[in-house]
Amino acid sequence: MRRGLTAFNRVSLLFGFGFLYLPIFLLVVYSFNASQLVTVWGGFSTRWYASLFRNEQLLDAVWVTFRVGLISATVATILGTFAAVALVRAGRFKGRTLFSGLVYAPLVMPEVVLGLSLLLLFVAFGLPRGFWTVVIGHATVTLCYATVVIQARLAAFDRQLEEAARDLGCPPFKAFFLVTLPNIAPAVAAAWMLAFTLSLDDLVIASFTSGPGATTLPMRIYSQVRLGVNPEINAVSTLLIGLVATGVIAAYLMQLRRRQDA
Amino acid sequence: MTQRSRPRLNIGAVRSTFAPWADPAARPLVRFENVVKRFGGETAVAGVSLDIYEGEFFALLGPSGCGKTTLMRLLAGFEDPDEGRVTLAGEDLAGRPPHRRPVNMMFQSYALFPHLSVEKNIAFGLRQLGLAKDEVAARAAEMLALVRLDGLARRKPHQLSGGQRQRVALARAIAPRPRMLLLDEPLAALDRKLREETQFELMALQQSLGMTFLIVTHDQEEAMVTADRIAVMREGQIVQIGRPAEVYEAPNSRYVADFIGDVNLFEGKVERADGQSVRLASDEAQGGFEAVEDDVIAVGATAWLAVRPEKIQVHLDAPPPGPNRLAGKVADIGYLGDWTTYLVELPNGRTLRAARANAARFVERPVDWDDQIWLTFAPDAGVVLTQ
Amino acid sequence: MSARRDRTGLAAIAPFLWLGVFFLFPFLLVAKLSLSDTALAMPPYAPRIDWALGMAGLRAFLAALDLQTYGRLTSDHLYVAAYLSSLRFAAVATAILLLLGYPMAYAMARCSPAVRQALLMAVILPFWTSFLIRVYALIGILKPEGLLNAVLAAVGLGPVALLNTDAAIYIGLVYAYLPFMVLPLYAVLERQHHDLLEAAADLGCTPLQAFWRVTFPLSLPGVGAGALLCFIPMVGEFVIPDLLGGSGTLMLGKTIWTEFFANRDWPAASAVAIALLATLVVPIALYQRQQAKLIGGAR
Repeated sequence: MRRGLTAFNRVSLLFGFGFLYLPIFLLVVYSFNASQLVTVWGGFSTRWYASLFRNEQLLDAVWVTFRVGLISATVATILGTFAAVALVRAGRFKGRTLFSGLVYAPLVMPEVVLGLSLLLLFVAFGLPRGFWTVVIGHATVTLCYATVVIQARLAAFDRQLEEAARDLGCPPFKAFFLVTLPNIAPAVAAAWMLAFTLSLDDLVIASFTSGPGATTLPMRIYSQVRLGVNPEINAVSTLLIGLVATGVIAAYLMQLRRRQDA
Repeated sequence: MTQRSRPRLNIGAVRSTFAPWADPAARPLVRFENVVKRFGGETAVAGVSLDIYEGEFFALLGPSGCGKTTLMRLLAGFEDPDEGRVTLAGEDLAGRPPHRRPVNMMFQSYALFPHLSVEKNIAFGLRQLGLAKDEVAARAAEMLALVRLDGLARRKPHQLSGGQRQRVALARAIAPRPRMLLLDEPLAALDRKLREETQFELMALQQSLGMTFLIVTHDQEEAMVTADRIAVMREGQIVQIGRPAEVYEAPNSRYVADFIGDVNLFEGKVERADGQSVRLASDEAQGGFEAVEDDVIAVGATAWLAVRPEKIQVHLDAPPPGPNRLAGKVADIGYLGDWTTYLVELPNGRTLRAARANAARFVERPVDWDDQIWLTFAPDAGVVLTQ
Repeated sequence: MSARRDRTGLAAIAPFLWLGVFFLFPFLLVAKLSLSDTALAMPPYAPRIDWALGMAGLRAFLAALDLQTYGRLTSDHLYVAAYLSSLRFAAVATAILLLLGYPMAYAMARCSPAVRQALLMAVILPFWTSFLIRVYALIGILKPEGLLNAVLAAVGLGPVALLNTDAAIYIGLVYAYLPFMVLPLYAVLERQHHDLLEAAADLGCTPLQAFWRVTFPLSLPGVGAGALLCFIPMVGEFVIPDLLGGSGTLMLGKTIWTEFFANRDWPAASAVAIALLATLVVPIALYQRQQAKLIGGAR
């Protein structure tokens, strides 16, 4: 579609994006508020950022969250790559229907149900809940997202390239590593990023599967938010938003450059 | 655009009685007057004036980017001219949106609505006319029969072959009975055999409906076969308008001669021009070139002689000396079945093209690669061009 | 040929095992627990399978399962109300999302390619930003001293108590799920060829008629995808009703959480979870079918 925007189009865009961004914008602004009262502007200050870095509990939660994210995203991406290859390349195999059902179901299942079921599993096995149970929970859910992302790229990948490698004497496994994997690498990276972000963001599953000593950042934020708006939370949120926005925009610009080069 | 009178020229398939453009009393259906259209800094149409008459099958022919599609879209109302005006039946179309213009377009992509069945696609414009339900159904059925798609009314576009889709697009565009049908590269997506068949179907359809057709194409054969008149376009301007045979046999420039069909161009200096014939001196032919030409051209000027390959004879034995006689070596032979094309290399390295109809199945002395041969052509075989 | 295919299938083993152990098996545990006896204590819950008895033990186990917990759910009007109000919240929010998201996606699709890319980025960015933080940001606007009330007061409509009301939940749901509605709509609208609108205009449609006869019907797959993509997770939503809604808010996600953490009634939480899933089976199946059709149609 082309041609200019009507007044109605402009209003729709303005209202929609205003709605999406105004709350975040205000949150960022108030994180620099000198006043303890979150509704009164008391001048510009970075005091909440300073107090943030003195808050041991919060820093602890950040550290736990990042470790959980790194490990679970890596596990999820490796398993997701295998799953995507099986789904796209393997044609029919025993249990394929069940397998694809297992991959897709967690995507649409309410988080509360996922969290509950994982907790019941750990209880049934007598596994003490803590850091590793959160990792398992996150890896399970993000594995499905990773599979979908890699699968899309793999399906679009020209299979003839792999066949050419085979024709030139590469055994199948080697052909996959030498030709296919480098070509789907951007999707694998994107899948890892997605898995990491989802893990970073998750509150519900972490709450169900976590135990003492493994409080993640969202859990910490949640328990504080329940007590009311708090400038320190504004500050930590601003940092997180800044981090994610930088990452996403950088990835986007990289992708844009690559497309222009092509 | 001066149309030179050439009484000799009455070859080719011509509806000789149909020539409203030659009748000073006839009023055109569509008139472009000094139309200019720019996109940003680019001028797509650079001052075109053109008349198209009721009942005509008119072709806009040119390479991609020459402005022919823009010209058609100006008529359909998808673009507005920056200068000049477009009139339909004497009425200025300025400011009239596409949905209120009595012309319909068959899109190059066909633009069939993917969510509607064949029948609903065809009925789309009819419903827009506000016709009664049963009349819409009747006219849609009539159109389906006309394009021989009777059994496929309930199919969706993606269930049809390319040729069938093309016919649905055609039926949809003619169903509202427009004053004029615009066809944007209508056959470009079809394979060669189907394209040829469809060309003749289009002509028959245009005859039986008596509708005015404007076709845009880059395929000279398509334009030659279907159209009553052709306008050859180049860089936003019309360089020649005429019947297919006129444009082919009497191109007015090297550009037209070269764009339509194959042509051999000989450059020379005018030695004599007396209003009956022209003589050119050239290094390529010892005897020079001689051509029938009623225009008087200044002696000493550079001129070109354009000769079609099929008008050049190939000889294995040297013909008697005279004008229009060249020696060369066979560089390549292209056997096409009905025709054979010879690429002949002149001593100066330039390659000419000569074609011969394969009238007999066996030839006593076939021309072979690397044979030394002679080429000749008649004085009335070529056209003298000064631009 | 078939031998080679089987070997590629081996790639499925690791993820298959993982999902079997950490997704399928726990899910069966939930189903089992929902059929177990009610007990306000920690596990083990009766009945259990006595593996020493073999098949007889299994039969005894199956016989001991009962629908007691479900019976309790249906007779307690609080559960029924939570169930119905979850559906209502999700349905109404989906409708609002469509009304808000469609014009947005439509306007985006009409922009120049460069602007389109930037706007697309702007829609995707919130998706990557923490859900919890975005909901938290909304509290700042909805709270009694917040921006919305200031605006309402300025035009003489306020102040209104917004936070901890149903209205706040609707605003939260629409706010959080707007990108999920806009993206599929934008995808179908952006793909639509301008040719089709020109053809409609050529055949006598005004721009508005062309929209209703061509653009809108062709965008229906996107409307369906967007609606389901928002509706399904909204039914089970926990964070939004918990943070924005009042203490009396009834939604299934919150009910499961409360039953589990506050009331420690695990069988009840499991039964509510199963009821929630049973409700979502139809929309999920619809969504899967539509996705399959979209992929099939694109080929």
